[in-house]
Amino acid sequence: MIAELGLAALWLAAALAVLQMVSGAFALKGAEGAPNSLAIFARPAAVVQALLAVLAFFLLLWAFAITDLSIKLVATNSHSMKPMLYKLTGTWGNHEGSMLLWVGVLALSGGLLAAFERRLPERTMGATLAVQGFVGLGFYAFLLLSSNPFERLPVPAIEGVGLNPLLQDIGLAIHPPTLYAGYVGLSVAFSLAMGALLTNQVNPSFARVLRPWVLGAWVLLTFGITAGSYWAYYELGWGGWWFWDPVENASFMPWLAATALMHSVSVLAARDALRTWTIMLGVLAFSMSMLGTFLVRSGVLTSVHAFAVDPERGSFILALLGLYIGGAFTIFALRAGAVAEGKRFSATSREGALVFNNVMLSAILAIVLLGTLYPLLTEAFDVRVSVGPPYFNPASAIFAVPMFLVMAVGPLLRWKEDKPARIQFEVALVAAVLIAVISLVTILGDYPFLPVLGLGLALALGVGALLPLRGRKLSRVPVATYGMVLAHFGVAVSLFGMACEGAFTQERLAAIAPGGTEQVGDFAVKLESVTPVAGPNWTAIEARIAVSRDGGEPVILSPQARNFWSPAQATSESALLTRWDGQLYAVIGNQAEDGRWQIRVWWKPFVTFIWYGGLLIALGGVLAIVGRVRVDVKRRKAADMGDERRADIEALDAAAPVPAE
Amino acid sequence: MRNRIWLWVPLAVFAFFLGLAGYMLTQEKDQFVESTMIGEPLPDFALQPAFAGLPGAAKGDLVGGGPRLLNIWASWCLPCIAEAPQLEALKEQGVEIVGIAIRDRPEDVANFLARHGNPYTRIGSDAISEVQLAIGSSGVPETFVIDAQGMIRYQHIGDIREDDVAVLLAELEKAQ
Repeated sequence: MIAELGLAALWLAAALAVLQMVSGAFALKGAEGAPNSLAIFARPAAVVQALLAVLAFFLLLWAFAITDLSIKLVATNSHSMKPMLYKLTGTWGNHEGSMLLWVGVLALSGGLLAAFERRLPERTMGATLAVQGFVGLGFYAFLLLSSNPFERLPVPAIEGVGLNPLLQDIGLAIHPPTLYAGYVGLSVAFSLAMGALLTNQVNPSFARVLRPWVLGAWVLLTFGITAGSYWAYYELGWGGWWFWDPVENASFMPWLAATALMHSVSVLAARDALRTWTIMLGVLAFSMSMLGTFLVRSGVLTSVHAFAVDPERGSFILALLGLYIGGAFTIFALRAGAVAEGKRFSATSREGALVFNNVMLSAILAIVLLGTLYPLLTEAFDVRVSVGPPYFNPASAIFAVPMFLVMAVGPLLRWKEDKPARIQFEVALVAAVLIAVISLVTILGDYPFLPVLGLGLALALGVGALLPLRGRKLSRVPVATYGMVLAHFGVAVSLFGMACEGAFTQERLAAIAPGGTEQVGDFAVKLESVTPVAGPNWTAIEARIAVSRDGGEPVILSPQARNFWSPAQATSESALLTRWDGQLYAVIGNQAEDGRWQIRVWWKPFVTFIWYGGLLIALGGVLAIVGRVRVDVKRRKAADMGDERRADIEALDAAAPVPAE
Repeated sequence: MRNRIWLWVPLAVFAFFLGLAGYMLTQEKDQFVESTMIGEPLPDFALQPAFAGLPGAAKGDLVGGGPRLLNIWASWCLPCIAEAPQLEALKEQGVEIVGIAIRDRPEDVANFLARHGNPYTRIGSDAISEVQLAIGSSGVPETFVIDAQGMIRYQHIGDIREDDVAVLLAELEKAQ
């Protein structure tokens, strides 16, 4: 019954997406004040569609919870012996389920937009909902025609196959849904951008409607990437936190585009400039989300992330990509010329700095995109290449370094026009920190160039990020400004972690007999014993490692080499010792013939700052949303009260007796 | 008036990508990890019986006589159920099939064979994928053609479909 209900809900939702699309399109025929009578269905259709899609997702969740093995997806991705939490996360740990989650979030955000957004002209709103319905329809078709999550097995399976053990982790419970919500939030930005472009409403009030969606999607992406990076770090057992893998890039590229969009939206909202550029970024951000989905799901690129790939599904997503993004760029090319040019500004102004930041972000995006797609290009000529950190790190640094420099002082500039001399003290301060740190580190030791530069930039940016608060009354600073300060400071913190990890990591790979000791940095690492242990669906070899810092009290670490039996796969469970100034990372390897065990240990100073920074950035985004929405609500209340007062005055005037002569 | 040519640039770039990706999708792509052991002799191994009904398997059991199939499978693997009829068909053609059960339990192996048929002459139990990895197999099911000298001649990755039966028979013929 569950499967049939879910399927019915999906078909109904798809039908409502058609209604939403058609009815929304009719809004374009209406005029302001005289809306088309067929346009009234768009909003309710979007809301009900959202309820149905969410219902479908919860039904699948339920099927996974009770391990309904008559459903093919459950049988191939779950197992009755699995812990409940991983039964539930298994719902989206596979292609069909994750696409259903995608569609559910898409419909939900469309529904929220339809239910609560009342600031835009109805024509623009109609066009936006039509585009949103059109996008949704494509994904319903994809789900129902090629990836039906509710497909039944002809005969129920006796037992499920299980979930990829790498995915049986709490990281998976959070990471993909957040990323998806972020991707999909960008779909709303896309629809709004198309709606505004089609109805020629690219103006500050449109930007204010767009901004919370971009901010929200951006916060979720930031959080998702941070969580994903940490998951890869401790779960893969390779000691790295970013691999420039196509799947990671697939999440990073929308983030870059969204970051650029978020800043250009602010310019549009505050100064009515960068109109076409904002629209362009709105399209670009969502294309990057879809491109990511395509790359991940089609298998055209080889990745360490083993997703179930299927060229047929790849073609389907590619067709959708062509339809939406090709269509959007065509409309952009045809209509963007009609968008009146925004306000002008001088190069040394807040807008100037933001434009610079936008250009740099776009350049980094181009670098990452090129590096990600380059293997695809060469493979067309039968040359297999793999593009890795030696390309990505320096190439993106070329643009990231100037961006960080401008970022440190840009927020101090005034809108429209400013004199560089006004902020010369701050510029000098930031430059002094930068030069001092780099020279100090260079004198103290021989470290690689990029991490040292990163370290200098991190501290300079850390100082620069706080400068907008200097000389202001802290209680009167707007919440959104605190958000910006916090996010920029988070970038500095994260950069600091990356630079320290890059420059100061100490690594030791040793074969140790039980009872033996090795030294890593300040740590004495003693292998006490190696014992077999068993979990609910795995068996493992577990090492007991006593670690003591500078002869202090020893702490026990227990890295494992796990063997899952359903499906059979070996994984390495790292053991981490977190201290405020870094992490000790231990992995157990194979046993050598003489009975010694391979133990790999890293001391990574301040590596945790990478993710603390990520969290700060996301938190900054949350503050910005809170600040903006509060101001919007206040403004709306004030406007309502103004309207009321005017109405009262009019009523009084009308009621007042005409003074007698 | 602004120059409108640049407005078309995104579309042009995107069209190029679309063409490239579309072309690449139609190209065959090797998704499997091929064993580097093809053309090499089998590694030495001796595995305990996977259940009480059949003897275990060792390298010596695959040397001498004619070519054989070495089937790597597991009772917990769904594709292995799908390939059971094809293994049965191969057995009826007179092919000797030696099985290696990966990370399995005796009672599960017995259950599986009772339910889906038993095409094997012997089944060794490889509880830690040791032999599987030594042969260069990265998943279940996989099937190898082993000639009379104990050389690995051919690897079939994934379940054996109906049209693969003839291919395997031809490879066995070649290995004579």
